[in-house]
Amino acid sequence: MFETLSDKLGGIFGGLRGRGKITEANVQEAMRQVRTALLEADVNVEVARDFVKRCQEAALGQEVIKTLKPDQVMIKVVHDQLVELMGPIESRIPFVSQPPTVILMAGLQGSGKTTTCAKLARYCQMRGKKPILVAADLKRPAAIDQLEVLGKQLNVPVHTERDHQNPVKVCRNAVHAARKSDRDVVILDTAGRLAIDDELMSEVSQVANATRPHQIYLVLDAMTGQDAVATAKAFDARLELDGAILTKFDSDTRGGAALSVKAVTGKPIKFIGVGEKLEALEEFHPERVAGRILGMGDVVTLVEKAHETMDAEQAQKAQEKMAKGTLGLDDFLSQLEGFRKMGPMKQVLKMIPGMGDALKNVDLPESELNRFKGIIHSMTPKERANPDRIEASRRRRIAKGCGCEPQEVSALVKQFLNMRPLMKMMAGGGIGDRMAAMQSLGNMGQLQAGQVPKIARGSTKYDPRKADKIRKKRKRSRRRK
Amino acid sequence: MGLFDFIRKGLSKTREKLVSGLRAVLPFGRKIDEDLLDELYVAMLAGDIGPATADRLQDEIRAAWKAGKLSEAQEILAFLKDTIAGTWTSGDRQLARAESGPTVIFVVGINGSGKTTSVAKLCQFLRARGDSVLLGACDTFRAAAIDQLTIWAERLGVDIVKHQPGSDPAAVAFDACEAGLARGVDTILIDTAGRLHTQDHLMAELNKIQRVVQKKIPAAPHEVLLVLDATIGQNAVNQARSFAEAVDVSGLFVAKLDGSAKGGIVVSIHDQLAIPVKFIGLGETPEDIRPFDPGEFVEALFESEPEEVNK
Repeated sequence: MFETLSDKLGGIFGGLRGRGKITEANVQEAMRQVRTALLEADVNVEVARDFVKRCQEAALGQEVIKTLKPDQVMIKVVHDQLVELMGPIESRIPFVSQPPTVILMAGLQGSGKTTTCAKLARYCQMRGKKPILVAADLKRPAAIDQLEVLGKQLNVPVHTERDHQNPVKVCRNAVHAARKSDRDVVILDTAGRLAIDDELMSEVSQVANATRPHQIYLVLDAMTGQDAVATAKAFDARLELDGAILTKFDSDTRGGAALSVKAVTGKPIKFIGVGEKLEALEEFHPERVAGRILGMGDVVTLVEKAHETMDAEQAQKAQEKMAKGTLGLDDFLSQLEGFRKMGPMKQVLKMIPGMGDALKNVDLPESELNRFKGIIHSMTPKERANPDRIEASRRRRIAKGCGCEPQEVSALVKQFLNMRPLMKMMAGGGIGDRMAAMQSLGNMGQLQAGQVPKIARGSTKYDPRKADKIRKKRKRSRRRK
Repeated sequence: MGLFDFIRKGLSKTREKLVSGLRAVLPFGRKIDEDLLDELYVAMLAGDIGPATADRLQDEIRAAWKAGKLSEAQEILAFLKDTIAGTWTSGDRQLARAESGPTVIFVVGINGSGKTTSVAKLCQFLRARGDSVLLGACDTFRAAAIDQLTIWAERLGVDIVKHQPGSDPAAVAFDACEAGLARGVDTILIDTAGRLHTQDHLMAELNKIQRVVQKKIPAAPHEVLLVLDATIGQNAVNQARSFAEAVDVSGLFVAKLDGSAKGGIVVSIHDQLAIPVKFIGLGETPEDIRPFDPGEFVEALFESEPEEVNK
């Protein structure tokens, strides 16, 4: 359904490429496409309109006219503008010197407040703080129980007053109690409320007045549509937000709400929730969301994910073998396994630039991988190490062992042998080569046996220097912590 | 308050946003041209009518304009109203019923879409028409979800089948069906855990619940209601599509339609998916449920006196 912005712009400027001439009309057509892409990503209409204006100005300043690849430059302009608009961000929570730091969480029903409170408590815990959760959602049945269960999982105390009907009192008591105890962060979980519900909105501002929170965060579902802006505005008007936390970012939403919220309220997105588990809270990175809104990839996250899930030693070994071109099917299998640990195939591959939405309707070979596994397991260690030694009789035996046809075995072996040079490239080459190799690896599943995959070289959708910079910066900040 | 008023009030926000947005680009006497159509397109998107549906509506307006049926801006609103109302087929929006024995209804959706509350509303709705209802607490994952449903069951005075948190939801569903058969209830409502449509393993779990339930009641589930949060934007269409791939979604329950600007998404979903909207939720109490009536919905959406809005 979604065509990526990159594709569309490529279409507009494609014919002109090399001739280096762009008319004002072209730019305008491009901007229309940008606007549609933003709207498809649920960016607020007004925000999209302003944004396009800014892009247009920036684009003209960039002398798009002279460049050879105008579409790519346009993308870069838009991407940079997006990043600028959403950043700079400071995702750390400014803890106060005289504890406790009081954090108030507010949002619509079902946005994920209670879960996010627990995630935030864990985040504080990891930073050596002693948080306490306060169950101030007295409306939804069992909301208190939910917070208690989550508190127990984290070993974080939960302040509850079950017989109270007034969240203002509960919160005030909780903050008082925290002052006397050793708890240095107080997280207030308030009930969900609609921004247009005056009564409840004034209740939450009463809570804020009574507890004087140091930080007030709006919890917002990342999938929210055009209404995100109205919601953020209304909450900001009542509460003077310090930031927002976007939840359910692990869905396939484009996350346009992020852009809208920042643009309209000027308040940063602090964190994003990326899963059901309590550790699934990440700091917000504008450049990643920018890529997502544009339907580009997210290499940085991909690389980080790979680091997280793959066994370092094993990866090192495999890499050496890869570089020498002696990778066996064994190693291939463990690589695949590692790959799968990173999440569903489709999601992982989507992070590769240029693959994003191309994959939308492609059925990825998740089950195929299982079949590969079966076939490889039916081979002897020697066969796995030297797949080129597999001839007809061995092939028949392997096929029998795993219950498939001999042709399937030879298809796998052929694919693998074709892949080896690519892997070598991935292990040895620069990041540009690697990405190209990755891309063609991603295409592997759809290839006919024996066909040599094409390598798309010099994709400029992704700027390796920039990614390097980002990575270095992040490393530095991690070290600092 | 009549039914019509009720829906109109619930949709007041929507109407304000969508229709006033449309009105702004449709001043009286302005001649239709491509610029106007473009502005109209943006206004429709702002009302969460997705790009695909807005495209189609725009095309229809253009066609009518070219054919000479429309010439001035103020005629467009009426035309849109007819066009949108015309797309709703009179497809079956009644809840399915088992030929004999209990009717099994699954309630599915993403996290925080309002499933459990919607289950309570459905329960209330069914009881109001005289059905006996049994609840199955199959959200064994989220902390205190079982407690939440238990509280509803107590308030509404219906039986509930539940297990320990973290247990197998399929087993709960199985037990619920067994209990439902034994007690001879009319309807078994199964509340499932929230799952993002991108999580393949959880979608497979849903599938498993279905298979297990079928061992007890072969025709089950008679109805799979997908609960969609009306504030969700274009992603709602993706959600509906993915859920429909995993289980046979037979109807939509559009929750939280009150106070949000998102009536447009209903138009979009209806236009793009063959799944009928069966219920809409318009508030927090169990009574705030209405069977979806497209005529009324469109009427309320395009209702033209803005003065009684909100007040």
